[in-house]
Amino acid sequence: MPPESPPPPATPQDADLRRQRLVLAARALHWRRTRRLTTILLGLWLLTGFCTVYFARELAHITVFGWPLSFYMAAQGASLVCLAIIGFYAWRMHQFDAAYAQALNPAPEHAP
Amino acid sequence: MSAGPASNKRYFRRLSGYYAWFCVCFAGFLLALTVLEKEGMPRLWIGHLFMFATIVLYATIGVVSRTSNVTEYYVAGRRVPALFNGMATAADWISAASFISLAGGLYLYGFDALAYIMGWTGGYCLVALLIAPYLRKFGQYTIPDYLAARYGGGAGGRGGPVRALAVGATIIVSFIYVVAQIYAVGLIASRFTGVDFSVGIFLGLASILVCSFLGGMRGITWTQVAQYIIILVAFLIPTMWLSAKHADNPLPQVAYGSVLPKLAQREAQLAADPREEAVRAQFRRQAEDYGARLAALPGSWEGGRLDAQRRLDTARLRNASLGEVRNAERALAAYPKTVEDADTLWRAQRARLLARAQPPQPHAAPFPGATEAESNARRNNFLALVFCLMFGTAALPHILMRSYTTPSVHAARGSVFWTLFFILLIYLSIPALAVLAKYDIYTSLVGSDFRSLPTWISYWANVDKINPLISVTDINGDGLVQLAEIAIDGDVLVLATPEIGGLPYVISGLVAAGGLAAALSTADGLLLAISNALSHDVYYKIVDPGASTQKRVTISKLLLLAVAFIAAYAASQKPADILSLVGAAFSLAASTLFAPLVLGVFWKRANHAGAIAGMIAGFLTCLYYMLRTNPILGGRMDAAWFDIAPMSAGIFGVPAGIAAVVLVSLLTAPPSRASDGLVDYIRAPE
Repeated sequence: MPPESPPPPATPQDADLRRQRLVLAARALHWRRTRRLTTILLGLWLLTGFCTVYFARELAHITVFGWPLSFYMAAQGASLVCLAIIGFYAWRMHQFDAAYAQALNPAPEHAP
Repeated sequence: MSAGPASNKRYFRRLSGYYAWFCVCFAGFLLALTVLEKEGMPRLWIGHLFMFATIVLYATIGVVSRTSNVTEYYVAGRRVPALFNGMATAADWISAASFISLAGGLYLYGFDALAYIMGWTGGYCLVALLIAPYLRKFGQYTIPDYLAARYGGGAGGRGGPVRALAVGATIIVSFIYVVAQIYAVGLIASRFTGVDFSVGIFLGLASILVCSFLGGMRGITWTQVAQYIIILVAFLIPTMWLSAKHADNPLPQVAYGSVLPKLAQREAQLAADPREEAVRAQFRRQAEDYGARLAALPGSWEGGRLDAQRRLDTARLRNASLGEVRNAERALAAYPKTVEDADTLWRAQRARLLARAQPPQPHAAPFPGATEAESNARRNNFLALVFCLMFGTAALPHILMRSYTTPSVHAARGSVFWTLFFILLIYLSIPALAVLAKYDIYTSLVGSDFRSLPTWISYWANVDKINPLISVTDINGDGLVQLAEIAIDGDVLVLATPEIGGLPYVISGLVAAGGLAAALSTADGLLLAISNALSHDVYYKIVDPGASTQKRVTISKLLLLAVAFIAAYAASQKPADILSLVGAAFSLAASTLFAPLVLGVFWKRANHAGAIAGMIAGFLTCLYYMLRTNPILGGRMDAAWFDIAPMSAGIFGVPAGIAAVVLVSLLTAPPSRASDGLVDYIRAPE
């Protein structure tokens, strides 16, 4: 599967140009959304990991169901947050992909 | 290669059917063995049966999925459903270290060892968000493929130099790692079947080879799914048993919260116990003795040698028993040969004794330290280690190349989710197992009578006579076991858990099979990563671009065989130095590969020169820090920056790599239009 070449060179026909602009705009929107989602989720990831470790001594005084909070976060909490982040990312990106497909082919029939 | 969603669904259902059958047969096998054990089958046979049955199973899967098709061989036909790809990647990921050593590490070091849990799971966020979907969209075969296409350069703009560097990094990182896995295979096989260590290695090697040699990625994927199921069952059964025993709740991940306060109470009790203190004082005196001898060097060395000689002579003269003469001979033979030897040996002895003279540290307390600075240093090391393990995870080639095997980008994202899910099923119970086993030992072994020690202690003490895995000696002579009198090696904990919990021997065999599966599955993935790098990237892309597909697969299989034998040979030399470097593999991978991989997608301006500079700068920074501080490589910890341990060298290597990519890219010409187009293509949805 060789990588697809960048969008084909513009032809004089208007329809093609419009189509190309549509694709570029949809791609740009998709990439903006992806980038924002990635930034937010990575921020959350960094915050959980860093706070768990950096403030571990302070958090150790809080007890949750027998666990000192810092021990719980390091042993389970941080990893579960990661799993949630990855799951949310996969679900949200799927929505973005669907929106992209929708923008390119608004009609229910497949365009060429 | 693309199949419709309907056929994908059918394929998924068929696979689920196979593995459901596999689970049923596996349960039947366990039940049958339990019955046979009740009927009096000897232990050794059970060990043999487990080894034999699992190896036959892996070989069968390997033979069934044999292939010589390029796409099947390198990327399993790109049609592995996300769930199964996740399961296979989890088996690929859970190495002998996670399965065998991690719980023991938590037992010994408490909170500090949680860095491994955090690091080895948190890294998947980076894989999922920054790398996996983009690699899948690119859709080639190896990691160097992607770097070479993205950065170009070299003769004809085909990215030769970048590819060569990436191949080098892949091989160094994976080779260190695979030697450790094969070493673990030899260890487990020899302990449970009584064969020689090197025979154990080659037995394991045979089962690695049948599946990866015949089936490539396709073979190892389907084997790894089966191996994951064995690993999971083997880990959960003893842990759930202990959990039901001590917390009245068979879900260890939930239940051990109620055991932690009880453990803390017991630790406080033991720390204040006068008999414990007496044993610790004895260790302290012995340590002081070594201290005095160290201070009196070189005179004390000479005196000690004459002493040992004299003791042997007198034993011979007065016709002492054979055992006594032997002991005296052994003491003389083990006596350090030179003053320098004596210095290092006695220093090590003193450190070991001083460590044993310490009262137990509270298991759940983060970063205990005598002073604020000491505590802070431990916190910083924890942070650095987590950082290196996370970024290393996101740069290990044998994990990343798994993104190529899914049917779509969406499935690649789902696959990372399932990977972490399946890893967490085990990783969340590892701290639970450590706490439960610790509580068991602290309450039922400590304080018991020396005449009624459980049998598992003598069994495991005799497995390795030179460095006993566990030793319990009555140091203060009161006939009772004190905590300070127990010396336990972390590696024995998981393997002995079934016996600690009083489970039948079948479960011990199962745990050994689980450990073996963990080591074999990781070794499979690593060997394939190395041989693919050599055959696809070096042979096909650089040496002979005109090679036919048939020839490429054949070359790859031959290289796999060669690499496997070299690795097995290296492991059979019992290289303690390499084993201690495994953690360093993560730092090396992170420093070398992370920056070019991620910047390649997210920063269009990154160019050929930048990528090369980044890989070299990251690698050299990491290597320099390790050489500077790791005692095994001839460094000294005094030279450390911010007290960071040599294993976490990646904390300096990764920023150095990123900085070098950015700086050099900005100083040189922007990349070509083709590379721009490639980045646009990778970013765009399907």
